[in-house]
Amino acid sequence: MFNEPHPDEVRIISKRFGRPNSASIGTYLADEGYQAFLKSIEMTPGQIIDELKLSNLRGRGGAGFPTGLKWSFIPRDNPKPKYVVVNADESEPGTCKDRLLMQNDPHQLIEGCLIAARTIGCKLGYIYIRGEYRYLIEIMDKALAEAYAHGFLGKNIKGSGLDFDLYTHTGAGAYECGEESALLESLEGKRGIPRIRPPFPAVSGLYASPTVLSNVETFATVPAILRMGGQAYADIGTPKNGGTRMLCVSGHVNRPGVYEVPLGFSMQKMIYEVCGGIRNGKKLKAVIPGGSSSPVLKADECDFPMDYDNYARMKTMAGSGGMMVMDEDTDIVKVALRTMRFYAHESCGWCIPCREGTTWLRKILTRMDEGTGRRADIDLISELSKNMLGRTFCPLGDAAAMPTIAFVEKFREEFEDRLRETVVPVTSPDQLIAIS
Amino acid sequence: MTFTPATEKILQDIWSRYPEGRKRSAVIPMLVYAQDELGHVSPELVAEVARRCEVSPLQVEEVVGYYSMLNRQPMGKHHVQICTNIACLLTGGEELWHHATKRLGIGHKQVTADGLISLEEVECAGACSWAPCVVDGFDYHHHVTIEKLDRLLDSIQKVQ
Repeated sequence: MFNEPHPDEVRIISKRFGRPNSASIGTYLADEGYQAFLKSIEMTPGQIIDELKLSNLRGRGGAGFPTGLKWSFIPRDNPKPKYVVVNADESEPGTCKDRLLMQNDPHQLIEGCLIAARTIGCKLGYIYIRGEYRYLIEIMDKALAEAYAHGFLGKNIKGSGLDFDLYTHTGAGAYECGEESALLESLEGKRGIPRIRPPFPAVSGLYASPTVLSNVETFATVPAILRMGGQAYADIGTPKNGGTRMLCVSGHVNRPGVYEVPLGFSMQKMIYEVCGGIRNGKKLKAVIPGGSSSPVLKADECDFPMDYDNYARMKTMAGSGGMMVMDEDTDIVKVALRTMRFYAHESCGWCIPCREGTTWLRKILTRMDEGTGRRADIDLISELSKNMLGRTFCPLGDAAAMPTIAFVEKFREEFEDRLRETVVPVTSPDQLIAIS
Repeated sequence: MTFTPATEKILQDIWSRYPEGRKRSAVIPMLVYAQDELGHVSPELVAEVARRCEVSPLQVEEVVGYYSMLNRQPMGKHHVQICTNIACLLTGGEELWHHATKRLGIGHKQVTADGLISLEEVECAGACSWAPCVVDGFDYHHHVTIEKLDRLLDSIQKVQ
């Protein structure tokens, strides 16, 4: 736990954060730990899914797909083994919440997986953790060993007849592996390249078997929903947007941090009250609201209730909850360039519009930033980006294009100003390649 | 190929996690943990992992070429990773990166002559709310300033 809690927070999945030995099974059992799982044994799979549907829980990894619906797609009569896979490959720039969830409350995640396993009738699961998070793999491994020792994992769990094994699996550095189908390829020991869908993982996921694959935060929320009931959880949020979510605020605010707030919480309040406003008394310029893939919002657009539907109304997205706040001195061209350098580096190279598009855009934005761009470049950036949209197997192409389109649309004058500045030409290999 | 007993135990543990006939899944974790001991992914390691996971060496090679944490060349004893992605960029990550390259006289994925330190400009390390961040091996350092970075590099160089 790195930041002080704020009174406006509603701490459901972060309630154990900061307690002494918060990661131990003792702390977890002392405060409602594993009770939701014991409750789920008494329920039918249909009843569990109904509670989840009632809760309006939507995926917290980025796409916001309703979790109850996702679980209901698992074909129960399919004779193949079924799998639970946790996406802990947190690498969307701006996002650092799954880290805290695993560090402070690993058993909550394990219990979420157990309930998923109980619901779909599955015996084996994996937690795919990004390789850089080695210390979290160690924390999770310790928690898994505790769960085995207490009989919450393994054979015939608590006399229910349910067998379930859960393991960690380390990644090795690839943003693309946070995308569900690429993650599954990686988990099978291959390069992280996306699969064409349908079939979706619910039908053909890990080892071509039915698989429930969700983000850490989504799984971690499931026990609370079963304990309090789907309706009570839904009531915390706004219609169709149940419960709370973890927002990771970074950038130019006085109190950056990870805060758990109800869906529909005001962005204005988040920035100026919870996070203490813009640092050094500066003015707000823009906010990237849901990780680097979400289109930027200008200062005057930053006052709305943050739930999935309202993000969509603002033509951006809730994404992974990574809010990056920028003050008036921020150089948008530089931010746009840095964003594109990221996507060009992380594009897996499978789909040509993404592989070529991100590289071209990086080159054009580089010369723009160095002051040697040309007038036609501004429109070229938009046009190239728009041509990438919807033309790739996975959303990485869109994720690179959408924020770029918004940067140019909303801050065009900054790009134009940059053209007027005279700079001594720099010989970077990037600017030698002409596209137009 | 033989490993230390500690690494061997980890490798066998990893191998046991995947169902029969699905041992290819162990390729990436095995490479990551074996690299911890060897310092890099050598041709011998590729062959060894291929043998253990019952895949062809080429299937291991293609993985090594894809993942950014797997290195064919030895990195420094301390692999210092500096994030310059958006949240770190906004809070001074680029300055940290330039300072480190100047101080050590090396660039991206290069190693100092004594083999002690290597540098890498990394993509988002997942410490955005505590930016800027520097990762030494697997140890996270948050709210890093130039002074803090200097202290970290001093302590690495002093131990030597």
